Amino acid sequence: MSSSPSTTPPATPASTRAKPANKGEAAADYLDGRLGIYSLAKANLRKIFPDHWSFMLGEICLYTFVIIILTGVYLTLFFKPSMGEVVYNGSYAPLDGIRMSEAYASTINISFEVRGGLLIRQIHHWAAIVFVAAMFVHMMRVFFTGAFRKPREINWVFGFLLLCLGFFDGFMGYSLPDDLLSGTGIRFMEGAVLAVPLVGTYIQMFLFGGEFPGTDIIPRFFTIHVLLIPGVMLGLLVAHLILVFYHKHTQWGGPGKTEKNVVGMPLMPVYMAKAGGFFFLVFGIIAAMSAIASVNPVWAYGPYRPDQVSTDAQPDWYMGFAEGLIRVMPGWEVRAWGHTLNLGVFIPLMLFPLVLALIAAYPFIEGWIIGDKREHHILDRPRNVPVRTGLGAAWITLYVVLLIGGGNDLIATHFHLSLNDITYFVRVGSFVLPIAVFYITKRWCLGLQRRDKEKVLHGRETGVIKRLPHGEFIEVHAQLPQATLHSLTSHEQPQPLELPSEVDENGVARKVGLLTKTRAKLSEGYFGEGGQIPKPTVEEHQEITSGHGHH
Amino acid sequence: MKKLSARRRHPLAALVVLLFALAITGGLYAAFAPAEKAQADSSAQSLAIDEGKRLFAVGCSSCHGLNGEGSADGPSLVGVGSAAVDFQVGTGRMPAQQPGAQIPAKRNIYSQSDIDQMAAFVASLGPGPVTPTSEQYTSTETDAISKGGDLFRTNCAQCHNFAGAGGALTQGKYAPSLEGVSAKHIYEAMQTGPQSMPVFPEGTMPEKQKQEIVAFVRYQANEAPNPGGLTLGSLGPVTEGLFGWIFGLGVLIAVAIWVAAHTTKAKKS
Repeated sequence: MSSSPSTTPPATPASTRAKPANKGEAAADYLDGRLGIYSLAKANLRKIFPDHWSFMLGEICLYTFVIIILTGVYLTLFFKPSMGEVVYNGSYAPLDGIRMSEAYASTINISFEVRGGLLIRQIHHWAAIVFVAAMFVHMMRVFFTGAFRKPREINWVFGFLLLCLGFFDGFMGYSLPDDLLSGTGIRFMEGAVLAVPLVGTYIQMFLFGGEFPGTDIIPRFFTIHVLLIPGVMLGLLVAHLILVFYHKHTQWGGPGKTEKNVVGMPLMPVYMAKAGGFFFLVFGIIAAMSAIASVNPVWAYGPYRPDQVSTDAQPDWYMGFAEGLIRVMPGWEVRAWGHTLNLGVFIPLMLFPLVLALIAAYPFIEGWIIGDKREHHILDRPRNVPVRTGLGAAWITLYVVLLIGGGNDLIATHFHLSLNDITYFVRVGSFVLPIAVFYITKRWCLGLQRRDKEKVLHGRETGVIKRLPHGEFIEVHAQLPQATLHSLTSHEQPQPLELPSEVDENGVARKVGLLTKTRAKLSEGYFGEGGQIPKPTVEEHQEITSGHGHH
Repeated sequence: MKKLSARRRHPLAALVVLLFALAITGGLYAAFAPAEKAQADSSAQSLAIDEGKRLFAVGCSSCHGLNGEGSADGPSLVGVGSAAVDFQVGTGRMPAQQPGAQIPAKRNIYSQSDIDQMAAFVASLGPGPVTPTSEQYTSTETDAISKGGDLFRTNCAQCHNFAGAGGALTQGKYAPSLEGVSAKHIYEAMQTGPQSMPVFPEGTMPEKQKQEIVAFVRYQANEAPNPGGLTLGSLGPVTEGLFGWIFGLGVLIAVAIWVAAHTTKAKKS
């Protein structure tokens, strides 16, 4: 404050400008002169966002990420990432006199000695569980609505990378406390690394700095967990958001909504208030969860010792499908030339990225099949692209079936089933069920399309029964409002790719590559006769509503 | 003696000698032989065995045979000891309701004295682990819980879970939850190894270690308040993930729908 009089004299030459009305304006003036916020704000504060609950799934991801960083910083103040051995003599009696690593001892201290430590730990962990779940649901929203189409393919990849990094950072965080569960997880990872042919043992030695468990892995994971991955994630997150701003948000089709506009509310003040408020709601709900329910009770697991293990040793849910792959894989081994190829672990290790790659590559595969180079800002209703919706549902099914495999022991005990039966079910189900779900979902979408068509042509059922003079009963159908008719029929229906005729205009046989033929076949599957129901045309609608064709 | 020697050639002399010899042998036998029947009739132990045998004939013999020799439906009970009976009947596992992958614990229908009698009968079939006394399974050491925790994680947690919540085994078998199991029964289970459980004999796990494990399990599964809030069954990350999806993300999505439904649009119209 004392410095302010000294800065006022240079400001006097600007007396030609109107005096700021109040302190707020003065502050804004000050900042504008140095940061240029006026033009920035002018360009962005009135930016329009469309309103729909499913567009807030990404916000949940963002806010939980912020919560994770805030609580994570607090935890680093007390956590000691060291595998040095100590004897515990703290306040938690059931661990009294037990030898443990400093990492574990400090986690116990965070839980029982540090003020608010246990709550912060639980907020950190619950937020992480919800963060990845929210990313998953957000990704599926983008998938089913076709929001990944041009120009957003790169942003889809950014989002996918964020999901994968979330998986790995979560796994590292789960490993840090060096409790019995996390140590078992690291051991699992070591086994997977060792299963890599030829170089497995070398990678293992490099990672652990010697034999398992050694003294290096926790400090290394700590650096990766708090520095490397969050740094990369932060960068990707910013890029993800910049692209959302740059592309503008997608919107649902409807009256007045086109590929060239965005209909919704401005960022300032509506979305500032909504998004700001939503942040506190998210924080509040996560904090309430953390106050109610225990997560990762490290004190109950006990310190890690390689000779101990507990049942129910699963990873956090997002890595559960990897656990499932390992659990249901038959223990195949090949021994040759004095080496063992551990297929029982190596095949799941290879399938793990494949499952993820399937969904990551989808936008590019669909783009190639359809060959659509236009921009899309209007979302697809999932029913209007039955093949895509079916494929998405099939992928989720695969994921869930593998999750069941990962939790097979708990399903066995809680549903009184045989563990072996569940494993056989998953082995077969991971091949059969996605295919079954694909066909069911596709048929379901086609049914919904038929229903839409029926509604457009015949109106909605009013429930009013009328008796005609000759005794026939009919139900009165009411015409849909114009806006609904528009929403139900405004979507495009692409036509399948047609192969060029077998002979060109000169009668010479044309060479059509295998790739083109495959593409045409896939395109036929997407948009051919079995792929979509032709939407009602204006003529059909007029004919029926004009009264001539009406029954 | 003259008379005797005079009659030594008497035709009945051999018979008389034989009678004397028999009487002496029989008398000596009666005096020195282990008089089983005569003692048993008066002792409580033998009464218990008799009573136990009767209870056994009613409740157990259809599978284990009238003399505990076993059958196609149930194993021989020779040598299982009284501790096994006390555990199996005391926890309601025996008599079994129906055969299956595993005999579950259920409400016990026998009184402790009935169980003791059956245990006495089964113990009489052959030597085996003896029902422990409360000094045997109660630890007086102050650090028993922490030592027991370490032993539990080494020997028990791989099936019974870190908190004694139980876990799955193959083909529908399972390690049961240890919640609410009495100290005596935990001790007996370690002594006798019921169903899929291995036996922890004195040689591999001395009485003191068993006491410590009992102390830990009783603390963990019965007394310990969970500092973190609801335990969600102490089943590890699977239930945490389920809770996170349903009560975390589920509630957040519900809130998102609520927020999205309340817009300035509503006020204008």
